[in-house]
Formats: sequence, structure tokens, C-alpha cells
Amino acid sequence: MGVSDGLKFFGGFKQSIKQVAEPRVTTQYPKEKAPKPPRLHGRHVLNRYEDGLEKCIGCELCAAVCPADCIYVRGADNDLDTPTSPGERYGYVYEINYLRCIHCDLCVEACPTEAITESKMFEFSFTSRADAIYTKKELVVDDEGRPQHMPWEDWRSEDELHTSGWMRATSPAGNAAMEGEVQWSAELGYGTRYPEGGQSEKRNDELTGNISIREVEKKKISIKLGGKVR
Amino acid sequence: MSSWKGLESLSHNFLTGTLEGFVKWSRKSSMWPATFGLACCAIEMMAAGAADFDLARFGMEVFRPSPRQSDLMIVAGRVSQKMAPVLRQVYDQMVEPKWVISMGVCASTGGMFNNYAIVQGVDEIVPVDVYAPGCPPAPETLIHAILTLHEKVMTGEITRRRDKTGSGAGIDLAEETPGWVQASATPVRIGTPK
Repeated sequence: MGVSDGLKFFGGFKQSIKQVAEPRVTTQYPKEKAPKPPRLHGRHVLNRYEDGLEKCIGCELCAAVCPADCIYVRGADNDLDTPTSPGERYGYVYEINYLRCIHCDLCVEACPTEAITESKMFEFSFTSRADAIYTKKELVVDDEGRPQHMPWEDWRSEDELHTSGWMRATSPAGNAAMEGEVQWSAELGYGTRYPEGGQSEKRNDELTGNISIREVEKKKISIKLGGKVR
Repeated sequence: MSSWKGLESLSHNFLTGTLEGFVKWSRKSSMWPATFGLACCAIEMMAAGAADFDLARFGMEVFRPSPRQSDLMIVAGRVSQKMAPVLRQVYDQMVEPKWVISMGVCASTGGMFNNYAIVQGVDEIVPVDVYAPGCPPAPETLIHAILTLHEKVMTGEITRRRDKTGSGAGIDLAEETPGWVQASATPVRIGTPK
């Protein structure tokens, strides 16, 4: 057994040493969050119009469409002098049980006034079942149009930005000629959201928060294909 | 010594206080979960254990195949009525101290399976410490639940884990944001056309 045979032992470390120089793939979660796509479904918010009135009209369509039966809504007539919403009625009870909600976004699709949308925050957990039932007090956005923060939720600044994905899609009618046409109402604190890009060139990824999956997963793609892995 | 009840009979002093802190820290720092994946939530649980989220950062990478060696049961997925006695048996076989995370809406309340075949919440069978919502919860949500549990372990008492109501460590924790949650900065408003 010569010296070269003894050195073969270190050959096993070659792969390990090579890996040291590779980019780290781990998301250090409590310190940082992985980037989220604009259509991701998270905790709901109840939006308000730019003048502060609530968008919810208490029609209970979201409760009807919910496959998990997690939404409970009751409508009531608006007070004519101090209305809560622009319509005839408003939702005076609005409850979502987050231990039933499966974040399918069907309520967002069903809502005729774009009142309920989903934020990008899904990092939350409860120590009691009572915490999981969000009432209107917690769901309605604050006076700046931002979602309210519960103590058991982990909000970061980027989660509040794109509080809904589906409504920002190219054209609700599915007509490509309508791309880039805004067909939704303005929101408190955010104004009118920019429409997402589709097949046409009319898109602004910065405004819609769109990120390509290749950018997010760059640490796992080979350099030959435009990534970072050697 | 007939009234010896373990650590409970000791009065609190500097030494036991330090010891208690050390025990809590060591319980928190290597909390081995039992392998209890029942459905799609288990896939996210595996994702949390793999390189992208890396539960090894919290000393939890070893999912024990034997309940005797594990401290934490992550009930990941819907529990059918037929699985319920098995789940309870696995819980009973775990050695104290033991904790339960109910991962996903199906484990927590039955979720969208509101029918006769699925147990409407595992807290009907075992005492649950932390509920992780989501269908399935993303690895971040599971890690959030685990860190909430760590917080619970660090602030609870080591000897009497369950309080009179039978829920959790007998402490009120949810009033304040836990220390590991970073305060959010002022958001930059983008997405609004000029």
C-alpha cells in the first residue's frame, strides 16, 4: 500500500469540498422569507373604497361558495345618514374560521364588489381555537388600507403590498383585447391596482410584483442555464 | 420520602430556577418529532425537513420512527375515524414531556371534509398545543407553529405542563408578539400606477 493509496481516502471529500462553494439553498425562515408570487393566497382582508367606505355589501355569496364552510356573513341595512358601505346593505357580521379555510380563493372570485381579497401572509399559527376565528374587527383593513396585524401573525413589509392576485388578472372577461384595461375599483391606501400582463407586451412586472420562477430558483439552476450552480 | 413527587416537591430557588431554564432550553433545542404524516400535509412536513427550509436549524431533523424516542407529534393530515385510535395509541406511547402540533385545517377541524369519516379536529382525541392553519400549511407556517411551540416550552413550567382546563402549558402567551418575529418595516408602496 503506497502513499497514493493513502491519499485516495481524501478523494471522498472532493464532493463535499466542491459543495462548499455552491450557493446556499436554505431559506432562513424566521430571519427572511422566500419571495412570493403576486397570485399567492394568504390570509383574507376586507377592502374599503378610497373614501373609507367598506366594499362588502353583505350578499353572502362568499359564504355560499365556500367549499369548507368557513365563512359566516350576515347582512344588515345601511344607516342612511352614516352608511357603512355605498350599497343598500352592508355585512355587519363577517367571520372566517382559519382552521377551516383552505385558501382556495373562491370567495374572492365570487365577490361582486372585490370586497374580500387575499393577502400574501400565510405564516401564522394559533394556540387556541378561539384565536382562529377572525371577525370583521380583524379582517377589515385599517385607515391606511393596510391589513391589520394580529400578534400571532408574522407580517413582513412585502406581504402587504399585493393583497390580491385574482382580480389583477389580465381580463375578467377572458378577452385578450381587454388586456391592460382596469376593470376594478380603487382601494383605500393603494388606489387602482395595475393590471397583470398576459400574452401581449402590455405588462409592468415591477408594478404588479411579478417575479419569474427562474429568478427565485436561481440557486438551484446550473450556470450553463443561467443559474448559479457550478 | 413517601411524598416524593419528583421535581414538583422542590421549592423554587436559584439552583432549581437555573436548572429549570436549562431543562427547558434543552427540551426546546432538540425536539424530535414522531413520524406521523397522514396526507398531503406530510409532503409539506418533508419539505420543511429538507434543504430548502431545513428543520435541522432547530435540532428537529430526525423524524423518529418510534414514538418512544419522540417528543413532538405533528399530526399532518386528515384523521379518519379508523385512524383515531391508532393516533391516540401513538400519543400514549410517547414519553412525557410530549407536545402535539395539529398541522393543517383537516387535522385541526376536519377542514373541508365535514363528513362522518373524518375526525372533526384531533383535539377531540389528543391535547393540541399549537394549530397550524393552511391547506396544506407551507413549510413557513409549520416553522411558525414550531417556533410558537418553542416559545410555549420556554415560558411554561417544566413540572406541571397542563393547567386545569387541560389546554397547553397553562400560560397566556398570545397577547404579545413573540421575540423571534421581526417588527415589520414601513412598506414601500408599489403596484399603484402614477
